[in-house]
Amino acid sequence: MSTQAGGWPDQLFEAIKRGGVRQVGYVPDAGHARLIDRCRADDEISDVVLTTEEEGIALAAGAWLGGQRAALLMQSSGLGNCVNMLSLARTCRFPLLMLITMRGEWQEFNPWQVPMGSIVEPVLKLCEAEVYRIREPDEVAGAAERAVQQAFGDERIVAMVLSQQLIGRKVWTK
Amino acid sequence: MKLDRRAAMATLVKDRDDDLLVVPGLGSTTWDLAAAGDNPRNFYLWGAMGGAAMIGLGLALAQPKRRVAVITGDGEMLMGLGSLATISNKRPPNLAVVIFDNGVYGETGMQPSHTQMGVDLLGVAGACGISACLDVRDEGALVDLAARLKELRETLFARVLIAAEEPPRVLPLRDGVALKDRFRAALGVKA
Repeated sequence: MSTQAGGWPDQLFEAIKRGGVRQVGYVPDAGHARLIDRCRADDEISDVVLTTEEEGIALAAGAWLGGQRAALLMQSSGLGNCVNMLSLARTCRFPLLMLITMRGEWQEFNPWQVPMGSIVEPVLKLCEAEVYRIREPDEVAGAAERAVQQAFGDERIVAMVLSQQLIGRKVWTK
Repeated sequence: MKLDRRAAMATLVKDRDDDLLVVPGLGSTTWDLAAAGDNPRNFYLWGAMGGAAMIGLGLALAQPKRRVAVITGDGEMLMGLGSLATISNKRPPNLAVVIFDNGVYGETGMQPSHTQMGVDLLGVAGACGISACLDVRDEGALVDLAARLKELRETLFARVLIAAEEPPRVLPLRDGVALKDRFRAALGVKA
């Protein structure tokens, strides 16, 4: 897990902050722990912990109706909870910036993560999302800047899919 | 005698000012709101079942100087029950969630909903931590709720017991992009 200052989670934070994001909906996730902490500590950002990821799609739509930008943080398993609610963003062309940490791929220990993890990209594409797959830390800042611009400038669904390789292996036993 | 849904909606939005923003839920409450008179500050939902309350939360957080009323049905609320827990964590003072509870899924053939079988949405909202919960069973309580919507001071949850009837559908604009654009234009927002 990258938790040190200046690492890729901080770069993501700076990109969404610079991009004017004022609401961040999230389902707690180890890969996003640092980014969640940064959002919670920021007085300008309303951090909204969700009970399920699809709530965040509706939250982001409401934010945009009211003139604010929102981002949605989740793990890959959460995408499956979102599929019908994504029709809200698609039908109305709401901007939707999704930051998705991957499970079920590189060095995954838990096979229950694989069925959803393995279909994340095709599902996103079927839902007309622009997908940025990020594997290396040095790709994060540039892609995040582009993702913010595309989501809010073009009113599109944009997903940054953060590879498990980037996030690091989950430690199960010590 | 349970309340008539069309009359109840008309009472809630009667003489509304420009700072009241209304989000009805998929189905009957969207037709009820359209029947009460079109307004660019209505964001009609033709889909997104279970999402009305969360749209209201995002909107209330973004527009703290305006008031947001989510007015949806029991079935729509049941699909997004967790959002009451999420809303309770933020508790924006300018948000009201009003449930038209008739105990049935009216759009699909009047099948009984969970509220007819013992689930108490008012109790759920209270247990989630929303302290202002109103039980609206008659005209007097409805008029009180309408007055509260004109002057919201805390997150409000209201259950309005309505009769299980199916008045003729009144269909509003259904182009989502147009609904979004006119809503934002009415508020004068850019982002």
